[in-house]
Amino acid sequence: MEIVTRYFDLIVFLALLTLGYTAGSFAERKHYASIVRREREQLTFQVMTAEAFFAEGRVKKAFLVSGSAVISIDYFKRMLAILRNIFGGRIKAYESLVDRARREAILRMKEQAIGNGAHMVVNLRLETSTIGNSANRKGKLGSVEVVAYGTAVALNPR
Amino acid sequence: MILTNVNTVPGKKIVEHFGIVQGSTVRAKHVGRDIMAGLKNLVGGELKGYTELLQDAREEAVQRMTEQARQLGANAVVNIRFATSSVAQGAAELFAYGTAVRVE
Repeated sequence: MEIVTRYFDLIVFLALLTLGYTAGSFAERKHYASIVRREREQLTFQVMTAEAFFAEGRVKKAFLVSGSAVISIDYFKRMLAILRNIFGGRIKAYESLVDRARREAILRMKEQAIGNGAHMVVNLRLETSTIGNSANRKGKLGSVEVVAYGTAVALNPR
Repeated sequence: MILTNVNTVPGKKIVEHFGIVQGSTVRAKHVGRDIMAGLKNLVGGELKGYTELLQDAREEAVQRMTEQARQLGANAVVNIRFATSSVAQGAAELFAYGTAVRVE
């Protein structure tokens, strides 16, 4: 019992690390599985970053679509990243974080476009920002928000 | 009101320009959501509360922008851009801007 009280801080820290590691990696695997599945479903839907030019009378309607996602990092990875900051180099934990947020945002944008009867999305733009309480505190990354937006185009039948 | 983020409205012709229109909103999360997000920060994953909040805020920014465009007599806004910035701790500014035009 004495050991518990003496090392209370350490025990809490280790418990948070394990919780972050198990729950975090489980959530990430699940999220990636869902991203891959939905990306495969929407594979035939065209999205491009270029502006497109259409022949006259080809376009039925054009409208703005957007999708966003806020993803946060787990406790274990945050600790890893802080360690990484000492030695420098690639921070894999953050790479997967922004990757997930971006792909999720694009998927949601596509879903909105498909739901409204569009055939393609042109001029896709991506915007990333850090939000949350710890966003501005000494370079610590709390969570990232990615918004994907573009112009959805519905075409007339040829 | 037609909104696009390309230079023109595909399939339509621009006949008149009205210049830049913009809309912005500054939002803060309420404490309950902040606490929930703090807990979620331990295990990672999507912060649904924040996603919804920012989506709502962005819609409002767009609405203010279109309102301004409507007052100018425009019927479309082209070349729309979004920007997000955290103004103060726990508050975010959502900003939308574009060019108001009339199309036929």
